[in-house]
Amino acid sequence: MRDDRLWLVALLAPAAIVFIAFFLLPLGRLFLIGGSGPMGWGAYAAAFTEARYLKSLVSTVLLSAGVTVVTLAISGLAGVFLQRNRFTGRALLTALLTLPLAFPGVVIGFMVIMLAGRQGLIPDITDALVGERLVFAYSMAGLFMGYVYFSIPRTILTVMASAEKLDPRIEEAARSLGAGRWRVVRDVIVPGLKPAFLSAGAICFATAMGAFGTAFTLATRINVLPMVIYTEFTLQANLAMAAALSFVLGAITWAALALARTAAGSSVAAAG
Amino acid sequence: MSAAMDRRPAAFWLQLAFTLFVCAFLIVPVGLSIMAGVTRDMFIGIGSGVTLQWLVKVWTDYRQTVFLSIQIAMACLALTLLLGVPAAYVLARRQNAFTRAVEELLVMPVAVPGLATALALIVTYGGWGDFRRSWVFILVGHVLFTLPFMVRSVLAVLTSIDLRTLEEGARSLGANFVQRFFGIVLPNCRGGILAGSLMVVTLSLGEFNMTLLLHTPLTQTLPVGLADTYASLRLEVGSAYTLIFFIIIIPLLVAMQWAAAPPRRRKPVEETL
Repeated sequence: MRDDRLWLVALLAPAAIVFIAFFLLPLGRLFLIGGSGPMGWGAYAAAFTEARYLKSLVSTVLLSAGVTVVTLAISGLAGVFLQRNRFTGRALLTALLTLPLAFPGVVIGFMVIMLAGRQGLIPDITDALVGERLVFAYSMAGLFMGYVYFSIPRTILTVMASAEKLDPRIEEAARSLGAGRWRVVRDVIVPGLKPAFLSAGAICFATAMGAFGTAFTLATRINVLPMVIYTEFTLQANLAMAAALSFVLGAITWAALALARTAAGSSVAAAG
Repeated sequence: MSAAMDRRPAAFWLQLAFTLFVCAFLIVPVGLSIMAGVTRDMFIGIGSGVTLQWLVKVWTDYRQTVFLSIQIAMACLALTLLLGVPAAYVLARRQNAFTRAVEELLVMPVAVPGLATALALIVTYGGWGDFRRSWVFILVGHVLFTLPFMVRSVLAVLTSIDLRTLEEGARSLGANFVQRFFGIVLPNCRGGILAGSLMVVTLSLGEFNMTLLLHTPLTQTLPVGLADTYASLRLEVGSAYTLIFFIIIIPLLVAMQWAAAPPRRRKPVEETL
């Protein structure tokens, strides 16, 4: 269908024009502005050399990595369980676990306040148990909880889709060869789910790196990179530094996704 | 059935308990928030009485944000359909290094933090006053962020069907490009368009990362208004506002689950092993 070529170009053109005009060109501009401040191109280096930026960069990476590990563990267990067992209420349970899939960050922050804020449920429980109110919503711990909350629904979906394709006969074979339950999990199930873990983990890490709404809701004093960028831009009016920092943040996020894609083959593409 | 349940190993019950705990972690705060939105005084608890006063207050003060968010989401849907569906078709028709690179690029706004995209838009177009001040400025950001979801969703359907044979058949019967596109391609990717549309509307309604920087005091959206009440007003007001958000978003999320379920799963599954 060679003669369709013109049509195809015409169909792709609108998306391409919008994308170039409103994404690629602005991003290029932002990159140049990052190097146009008082520090010049040194602003990009400052993200790694200046103590306060480096500190927030490191804590953002550590937070995101921690969230990824915990989310994968929780979603791996629950996802494989839901895929492998049939019981009354299973469909409802799956639906509830994936319901918060597209809750925005600000709402997630409010959910954390509901659980661990000043008037939250967890302080009420600890008050009844040990006589002390454990309030941790407005700190890194609250942010951690929020990001895990945010990432569970999507990760469970990915794990369930992947667990569906695992061949139970391999597990049977392993078991009949004398492998215990943990050996089967370690040597059969986890390797089988590796592409799903890589792709879901990369998405989880990337969203935790760039997320902003949850931290904004919980406390502006939480020292993560997106908050620093926001402060540099709005309060300090330091546009060049804000630009440089968001570029560094974007580059790390993009690299994490690219790395996972290389490691997992093409399967990451399906996780969106 | 209970006899069958009793025979399940202890590991089953442990895992079930764990999964239920995770589910409670996700759902309990939603319930608490809904409850707080209709409670007269949260310091006393639900015992202080049920009231609609907070909902009325939020609706009076913030209904503009609800309308604006819906307006942006609808415009965003229209644009992602117009831009995304044709683009997905081209990417499905020509699978080579170039289209793979295009696909890769199109997904970038999801990987790049929203703050960075918003800053980039502001430094480039912030000087165009009328554009900067209008809701269309927010719309641009939302389209960039949601377009990949529409493209992916439609592309997934198009690559799973034998498009080539269908189109060749239509062509041999004399159908021209336009007839084929509207008569063969679009009807065949209905499912992908539906799933993509639900995703686009849901994401646009909840978008905050970019919108916080792109909005002006006169173009406040629902999530920006939410952040505002969380920060400055009492818990009941924030909860009531969240309740309004839930009323809009939860039907969309449920519809999304329904649309995403492959037809096979919609058949009744046997409930016990």
